[in-house]
Parts: sequence; C-alpha cells; structure tokens
Amino acid sequence: MKTQLSHIALLEAEAIHIVREVAAEFERPVMLFSGGKDSIVMLHLAVKAFAPAPVPFPIMHVDTGHNFDEVIEFRDRRVAETGVKLIVASVQDAIDAGRVVEETGPRASRNRLQTTALLDAIEEHRFDALFGGARRDEEKARAKERIFSFRDEFGQWDPKGQRPELWNLYNGRHKPGEHMRVFPISNWTELDIWHYIRDDEVEVPSVYYAHRRPVFNRDGMWLGVTPYIELMPGEEAEERMVRFRTIGDATCTGAVDSSATDIHLVIEEVAATRITERGATRADDRTTEAAMEDRKKEGYF
Amino acid sequence: MDLLRLATAGSVDDGKSTLIGRLLYDSKSIFEDQLASIEATSASRGDEHTNLALLTDGLRAEREQGITIDVAHRYFATPHRKFIIADTPGHIQYTRNMVTGASTADLAIVLIDARKGILEQSRRHSFIANLLRIPHLVLAVNKMDLVDYDQDVFLEIKAEYSQFATRLEVPDLTFIPISALHGDNVVDRSANMDWYRGATLLHHLEEVHIASDRNLVDVRFPVQYVVRPQSTEHHDYRGYAGTVSGGVLKPGDEVMVLPSGFTTRIASIDTADGPVEEAFAPMSVTITLEDDLDVSRGDMICRPHNQPAVSQDVEAMVCWMSEQTRLTAGSKLAIKHTTRWARAMVKEFRYRLDINSLHRQEDADSLSLNEIGRVRLRTTQPLLADDYHRNRSTGSFILVDETTNVTVGAGMIVSAE
Repeated sequence: MKTQLSHIALLEAEAIHIVREVAAEFERPVMLFSGGKDSIVMLHLAVKAFAPAPVPFPIMHVDTGHNFDEVIEFRDRRVAETGVKLIVASVQDAIDAGRVVEETGPRASRNRLQTTALLDAIEEHRFDALFGGARRDEEKARAKERIFSFRDEFGQWDPKGQRPELWNLYNGRHKPGEHMRVFPISNWTELDIWHYIRDDEVEVPSVYYAHRRPVFNRDGMWLGVTPYIELMPGEEAEERMVRFRTIGDATCTGAVDSSATDIHLVIEEVAATRITERGATRADDRTTEAAMEDRKKEGYF
Repeated sequence: MDLLRLATAGSVDDGKSTLIGRLLYDSKSIFEDQLASIEATSASRGDEHTNLALLTDGLRAEREQGITIDVAHRYFATPHRKFIIADTPGHIQYTRNMVTGASTADLAIVLIDARKGILEQSRRHSFIANLLRIPHLVLAVNKMDLVDYDQDVFLEIKAEYSQFATRLEVPDLTFIPISALHGDNVVDRSANMDWYRGATLLHHLEEVHIASDRNLVDVRFPVQYVVRPQSTEHHDYRGYAGTVSGGVLKPGDEVMVLPSGFTTRIASIDTADGPVEEAFAPMSVTITLEDDLDVSRGDMICRPHNQPAVSQDVEAMVCWMSEQTRLTAGSKLAIKHTTRWARAMVKEFRYRLDINSLHRQEDADSLSLNEIGRVRLRTTQPLLADDYHRNRSTGSFILVDETTNVTVGAGMIVSAE
C-alpha cells in the first residue's frame, strides 16, 4: 500500500483544503483572477474542490484596460467553461469617475491604480475574503505573509502584527468592513505551477509559450509593442521569438527570449533559469528593494 | 519526489538566516538577480562577506535592524526531495512565530552558537519543538570556524544538550557541527573537521525517514464542507468534503458519524479526477455514504470501534501568544478544533511551565506572552478529539480573542474525556 503523496499532490490537497475552508466560513468570498498562470491554477483548484458542484463564489478581474488580447479571450472562455460568475473591477472606470489620476509619459503605468479599483470593488460588493494567487517564492515580502492574511478597513496589511497561523487551523474572524486575503498556493514555486499545468493538463494563454511578437528593449527587458505604451527616443521595435513568464498589465510586464513552444520546453527552461520571474519581467518590482512591501501595505495584492 | 517541511530555530545571531541562505546558495536555488541584489546591499553596508541572511530577511525593518521579525518561507529542491523551510525568529518577543512556523514541521533545526553553548532560547526552542511533537530534531552547532573547528567544543555542547534532552521525548536527535558562513558540513563535507564522520546537514535532510510519521491507524475525517450540486445531472449527490486527518479509508468500510453516533458504510471516495480506492492523510477528498444521514461541517467520520473522545472537557498544554491579555482561570475565548468552532472557558489553571528547568510552577495562576502551561477547558460544544501525541491534527486547537479576533493561544490536548 502506497500511502505517501508526491509533493505536487500534497500542495494540491493543501490548496483544496484552504479553498473549502473559505467557502465554509465566509459569507462573500471572491477569487481574484488575472488570467495569469497562478490564478488559472487557483481557479482550476477551486473547480476541483467543489466538484461535481459548481464553484460557490464569483471571480474578479481587476482590469487595467491594458491587456494582452489573448488573455482576455482566454478569461472569457474559462468563464464560459466553468460557469463561474465574473466581476470586472475597471481601472478605466476609476479614472473616468475621477477616483484616480492616470500617470502620463512614456513610463506611465496603471499598475498602481489597481489598488483603488480593487478596494472600491471590495467595498461595493462587501467582499469578506479575497483569494489571491500570490506565491511565497515570488518575492521577499510575500515570503513573510500568512495564508489567511488580515486586512483592516483600509485594506492595509500590517506585516509586524500578523496573526499566528498554526497547523491547518485558519482563523478568518474579522469585523464588518475588514477582510481576509487568502493565498491557497502560497507554498507553490514557479516550477511546481508548471509541473501541475503539465500533469493536470491545465490550459494557459498562448503568450506563455514562445511566439513571434514585436517588442522593444527598455531597462534590459523586452516589452511588447501595444497601443498603451509610448516608445522613448532611441527605442526601436523589432520582432523576436519571446514568451511571457508572468502576465500583468501589458505596460510593465516584460517578455523573455525563448524557444519554449510547448509545456515540456517551458519546464526545461524554468528549471534551468537563473533569474527570478519577477526580476526578469516585472518593472513594477524594480523601483526599490521594498517595492512590494510598500504596495502590499496599501492594499495591493 | 516527496516533501519535507522543516523549521529552523535559534537565538538572535546564531545565524539561522545565513544557514538558509547557504542551503539555498549551495543547492543552487538562489537566482542571479537575488544574489546581485544582496551583494549590492552587503557592499553598501560594508559587510565583510556577502550577507546571505539578506535573502530571507524580507521586510524593511528586518534589514535595517539586522534581525528576523517574522516567519519566512523558503523553498528548494534537490533531486531527492522538495523542501519547505519555515525560518523562525529567535528574538524573544517573536517566539510565538516559532510556534507558527513549526506547527506543521516534520523536522526542526535548532542552531547553537559554538562560542556561546546552550542558551535559554535554545532550551525554549527545543522544548517547543518537542511540545509540538516534531518527530525529527537536528542540533546544528554553528560558527565552528570561530572555535577553530575544535572537536572538544562540539562534544561538550553535545553532552550538555543530551543531558537536557533526557527530559524531553525526542524520537530522533542528530548533532551536526557546521559553519553556515563558510559552508562547512552544510551541503559539502568540511575539510576542517575530519573528526566528524556523520552526514552533512543537507544529506541528513534528504535521507531522514518521514513516511511513517503519520497516523495511518485511527480513521479520522473531519467534515469540512457539504457538496450538494443541486443540478439535474447530480440531483441526489450529497458528498462530505474534507481532509483526512488519520487512518486509511476505503469504499465499503463501516463508519460512524460523530457526534450523532449513526453508523453506515462509505459508498465512494470521490475526487475531481474520479473515485479513488483509498484515502489517507492528508488527502483532500469527498466521501459519499450509503445511508442518508444528517451530516454537517464540524462532524467527524471515524470507525465504530476506534473513536475519538466526544467531550466538552479537555486538558491541554497551551502556548499563550497575546501581548495584551493573559490566560487565567475564567478566561473565555473562541476555540477552533478541526473544522469546528465553539466557545471555551478555562475551568482550572493547573500550572505554568518553567521552560529552562521544565519545572511545573503550580503556584502560578496565569500565562502571559510566550508562556506555556496546562489548563482544563470546558467548551460549549463537544470536541471530537484525540491526544495530541497520537494525532497532531485532531489533537490541536487554536484560541481566539472574541473582541479582537486575534489568535492568542495554541493548544495541544493532553487528554479529553
């Protein structure tokens, strides 16, 4: 009798336990869904957690309006397949309503404006738990965050005042107006995600695989040529064989040179890579050493 | 490939973060941009060596003060095994975070500074590791480079600790002399300590046998969530979803549902990938029963001849983690045990434990932050509980302050009746 689970099976069991715990204990949970591989795996786990019943909570896309077309198509297809309800929290709406002021210039990004759109949506829908697809291996500040992470009425994270978290006994108690961020795949690494995508045959948007695309180089990163970003003097567009390791706002998510056109080649590439995915591809984390910690304190996911 | 969860504990400056940095660095789990970032920070601070501790000290305050505030989780893999490290703070006011980091660990590494020997914190951390029933303990005697790799220093610490450990119940204790800063006996064998014949730390972590640490005897399945599709296709489906806490369940097994006491058989064990022939800890599955019983979240599925206690009175060791309040006779708190919430009152305060001498202070009448003691609790609903030494999952609970909603206590059941 084989009674030892593989590490991937253990991670899956842990994540399903967490997702069910939230569904059982919260009144208005929602799952954040960006169309990136981590949120795709998280939604896949939610579908598995409640089968054969449907997922008992909606998903929410915080939409900067600066998307990869492939990702939006993918999102809408997944919504149709799973029957899950989709809520879109729009940064464009927040700009139009005068809630935030858009950055200007060639380095303009709506990444930071997502926090306002997110917090507004939490208030509007009175969400009490938000699933996020963050992983602890992504970034130093995330490595310190609990699986059930308390947010006060301003949506703020207090890294020094975190609740102790013991065994698998999660404490989601909170007062009205406060909420929990819950990270079911906290303990997964980038490679675990890809192994799981392979083993469970999870579909991800085509931009994760190597393809030809017009890009330009900025600060050592390949950024896609899109209508949302201005080229600076000296920057020139060229077509290259690239893939994306993360998917976020199209203006600050970089591509890497790659010939990995399928899942097996992607796993080989990820296993051999010597640069973290955020270091390679996220302009938003490069600002200061504590960039992520500062944004998380304000309510970022 | 299997998974080992380990926790590291030690006093301030024992070099925990440096050790983890070394494990990640020497097992090639550190990325170039991470290394470049800490090299730059080390250089700007004027550190003599690249400060590997900067890899795990992620918060601004930690880097500024050079201490570890909170549990940091790190991940690395070798061809043999995948590892999750909980790096826990040694600073006294953050001891509660060690409990947080260590509660699910298979193995704990307690670091000792070879120059300083065994300190109060070393005893405290060893005792907590033992209280939490972490099955494997490694005493890593660090900074051997600063005592000229002297075997006598190592042997003295080993003898003193072994003396202390006779008062604990450690099933598996291993001593390893290391230098985290220079890498001796961490991943590669030390050329400076040819007197040491044992395994390097990483080799030990790869080989330690964890498969038999789980309870595969007592069937325990706390019901977490009731799955009722209410669709035409699955009109009559009623499944009980949860995580197996002990034993092995199979379709056809006779089972009892507590607290009702009704018996039935398992009709199927379902997962989204299809039915399975058996389920064991910690699988997440959905069980269907042959009879239509009223089962809800917080109930427990077990075997008729092997049941947990069903009791509103439990004796427990509690580690108190509140900065604001104390635990004393009459304290009322919320309690979470398996998938069940109830309220609990401290009926009797038995004793506080002196962590250094392990003496029971029976004249004490309360616990404050980081103190451990034994109490008798009365709960508003029966707990379906086992002794913690028999099952870490059905024997543990948390206590939550009903005003602030903060988790203030970690409990380990000594006996439920």
